This record gives sequence, C-alpha cells and structure tokens, in this order.
Amino acid sequence: MLTVLAAGPCVTVQDAGRPGLMAQGLSRGGAADTRALAEGWALLAQPGAACLELAGFGGRFRLDRAARIALTGAAMPARVGDRVLPWNAALALPAGAVIEVGAARAGVYAYLHIGGGIATPPLLGSRAAHLVAGIGRRLAPGDVLPLGDDPGGPVDVTLDAAPRFGGGELRLTASVQTGLFAPDTRARFEATAFRAGRGDRMGLALAHDSAGFATDAQRSLVSEVIVPGDVQMTGTGAPFVLLAECQTTGGYPRIGAVIPCDLPRAAQAAAGDPLRFRFVSEGEALAALARDRAELAALAPRPMRRALDTATLMAAQLVGGAVDARADPFSQEP
Amino acid sequence: MTPSYPRILPAGLGGLVVQFAPVLSEPANRAALAFRAAVEGAGWAGLTDCATALVSVFVGFDPFASSNMRDAVARLLASRDWLAEPLRTGRDHLVPVVLDGPDLPEAAALAGLTVPEARASLLAEPLRVLTIGFAPGQPYAGELPDAWAIPRRPTLTPQVPEGALVVAIRQAIIFAAPAPTGWWWVGTTAFRPFRPDLADPFVLRAGDTITLQSVSRDQIAAQRAAEGLPC
Repeated sequence: MLTVLAAGPCVTVQDAGRPGLMAQGLSRGGAADTRALAEGWALLAQPGAACLELAGFGGRFRLDRAARIALTGAAMPARVGDRVLPWNAALALPAGAVIEVGAARAGVYAYLHIGGGIATPPLLGSRAAHLVAGIGRRLAPGDVLPLGDDPGGPVDVTLDAAPRFGGGELRLTASVQTGLFAPDTRARFEATAFRAGRGDRMGLALAHDSAGFATDAQRSLVSEVIVPGDVQMTGTGAPFVLLAECQTTGGYPRIGAVIPCDLPRAAQAAAGDPLRFRFVSEGEALAALARDRAELAALAPRPMRRALDTATLMAAQLVGGAVDARADPFSQEP
Repeated sequence: MTPSYPRILPAGLGGLVVQFAPVLSEPANRAALAFRAAVEGAGWAGLTDCATALVSVFVGFDPFASSNMRDAVARLLASRDWLAEPLRTGRDHLVPVVLDGPDLPEAAALAGLTVPEARASLLAEPLRVLTIGFAPGQPYAGELPDAWAIPRRPTLTPQVPEGALVVAIRQAIIFAAPAPTGWWWVGTTAFRPFRPDLADPFVLRAGDTITLQSVSRDQIAAQRAAEGLPC
C-alpha cells in the first residue's frame, strides 16, 4: 500500500487513459506528459502500470512495503529522510520509507512510479482519474492506495529524459478550421512570442502582447469533435491548447493541431514559459512522430554511476536550493 | 467561395473530419450517424476513434497503422448519398423533469411563448439524441419546435448541476456533470447520462429518443436524492 500523508493541489492516479471512447463523450485523459509515463514504464520495466501524477507540487507518500520506485517528468526536489532521490532512475526503497516531493523547478507534471503499479480498480480499462468526467479524484491526506505485486526488475538504473521543460517550439499541422484563418493571420501567429498562462489537465491558455487571432467565420461555427493538441481560438482571440482531459466537442475555431509528440512540451509549459508555433508539412510531422516512437521503443535504462551520477547531483542542488530559499542566505559558509 | 458539402478536412496528424453541412439539419445529422455506423462496420486497420458531432464525423487513426485513411474515407463517402440514408433509431428513454428552471421565464419570452406554453412546447414531442459530447454520455437533443431557435444567453451561468436541462438554438442538453453553461436552464431531472457504476456507463447513444415527462418539484427532489444528486 501507499499512504498519502500530504498532497499537492492536484495529485492523481494516471496511466495511458481511455482511448476510443470519444463517441461516448469521453476524451482519452491519462498522463498529461505521456513521455514521462513511458520513461517510468521503461525504468521499472512495467509497461502499462498506473502511477501518481504530481501537478506543480508533490507531497509525502509512505510505502508500507519495500518497493522499487522511479520519478520522471518535471524535476521536483525529492528525498527519503536524508537521502536525496535522483530523477529518471529506478531505486529500491525499504518498507516504511516516506517519499517527500517538493515544488516543480521546471515543468509542471512529475510522476511517481512504484514497482507493481498503483492497483486501484480500473474503470473502462483504466485507473486514470478523469476530473472533468467525474472519474476518480484528486488525492488527499489519508488516502491509501493498493499496490500491485512487483515481480522484481531493474534497480539503480537511469535514463536521459528528452528535454521538454521550460517551453519552446510546438509544431502544428492543419486542423478543421485552419483554412478559415487568413494566410497573414497564420503567419503572424507563427511569428508571435507566446507565454504559457493558466494550465490544467484540460488545456493550456496562452498569452501574448499583440492583437488576437480571429476568423470572420467564428461566430457561426457548428460544434465539432475536438481532440488533444487542437489550438482553439477563444472569443478573445487568445489561443488555448487542448490537452489530455479536454472536452470532446467544441465550437471555437482551431487554427492548427500540435503534433502528438510535442504535446508533452505543451503540457509541461509552466506559467510564463515562452512558446512559439510553427506549421510543418505532413511529411515533416510524420517523420518527427516516427522518430519519437522509435525513441520511446528504444528507451534503455543504463546502470547508474552512483558517486558521479549527474541526476543525483542535480537533484541534490535542487534540494539545497529549496533549503537556501528559507534560510538566511548570508549565514552560509562558502 | 462557398464550400460544397459533404467535404473532408484534416483534424491534426491522426484525424479527419467529414462535414455534411455547415449548420444543423435533420438530414445532415442523419447522414453523420449513418456514416459513422458505416466506418465502424468497415473494419479499417488503424482506426482509433469514430465519433459524430451534430453534422460531422471525426475519424481518428494511427497514421503508421493505416494506409491512406483519407482515400478510404473519400471512397466510402462517395459510395452513396448519405443525406438520403434512413434514420437510425435507438432506444427511447422516459425522463421525468420539473420545468421550473431559473431561466425558463426569460427563455420562454425569447421564444415568444408564455411560461405554460413553453412547458407544453418542450414536452410536445420526443427529443432525438443528435449527438453525445462535451462530457461523457452528455446528450445534445432536438430539434425543438421552431420557436426555440433562440440564441445562447449573453452571459455564462457559472454552474448548473448534473441533470440540469438547458436549451438554446432548438436543442436541449441534459448535463452529465456540473458545468458552466451559456444555455438557458429551464428544468431539472434526476437523469444521469453517465453512470460509472454500471457495466455500460453510457446510458444514451446518438439516435436514441428522450421523452420528457412533467412531474412535481418534490418528485424530482426525491429522485435526485435517491441518485445521490444535490437537490
């Protein structure tokens, strides 16, 4: 079992979600950063397992049995007692260990994977909380989650996470209403420096300083099916990128669709992170998607060099930084 | 330039949308339902989702597991006159409702009806489920009589409860989860379109009909309490 002793504002059980139910009004949901999910599966060698998604802030979680764990996604300071936990690594922890995870330093969504996986009862083939649909809920102190049996697997292995934190470029292909936006509006859209605004599992609002992006037709559109990645132009002409837990129909025009392998970058954009869009050809998008799938299929954890492990050192510095922020910076010896 | 219908549009890297009309019409809705059934029956490799909206069909696919989905969709689309397809009917659902929503007087006035006339008009004919969407199991039903061709509210209502009956643009929605809405809240039901506790949690399908039955506020309150819904 895993006991939640403290939880950030949006700690949920997640897995790959529920594909194929859009006709019933249910979007796929599942992990906001699917790449971090795959990295955890690779580290613990347990594809498909459910884990905890920590949005912005972690919490404190107690293991009632010895367990393998891995932390992936947005880096947050993490420790068990005095032991600093590295990111992107499979580790063995003893029974009774209390895992403490702090606030995200870059990115938004972190994942705590546990050997055997979270074993809550599945609904429609998934254990993922889908908050918009009212499936599951945010975890709270006192919650106790069952764990699956862990047949054992790798420990003290690590992998390099693909960079996707802190914003960057999101590649687009055409969506249903792309053609309704004038070419110069699309060009201005690509040239605009956006900042990530409010985000949650449903989507990410973007802010920018120039005029909005509108189409003449937008008041008369009949509602259509929408999917994660769609970039909707809301009534004010500000873009909104749909993410895993979006609704299934909507009436706002979509200027384009973020290609699937760039969605982890969109989900991990924290408030204020810079973002840009670039339309790419279908060929370029398919090549990028093929490369991404090949990378995910080839994720191969390697043994950790414990003393000099970069991830450990980085995590140690992050935890040090967290302590420094509360301490008197002038009292520290050099 | 006016586009011609039906037409096929891209919807991201793994999606296509087939639009049968620019606005809601009964034949275009019928066509969407029939086309979706045909896609489901076609057994195409790589198909991941097929969902209807009011007058369009979304075809989701894995671009690496399917060989030219656009051609397959275009061939199927050209194979017959989808707007002439017979209506696909489903099950009928009797839904008790109390028509005393806070927006009923204003919505009735917009429709040019007195409140009693508005109630009678909403109950006059069974409503057809035109599509399921937005939230799990949530029906968009209609079309309501012509008088109900009223616009959405000028402002959003911050939240209506699960089971709220709202209307606008000749359509009715029964909310499957609490949500903000720009539609007119005219009534309340104890009907839960999404029931995670059931083996098939989606009670309605596009093509089903909903027969509204007027009952008292007390009856709805009792039914909602029995369903665990706030009264």
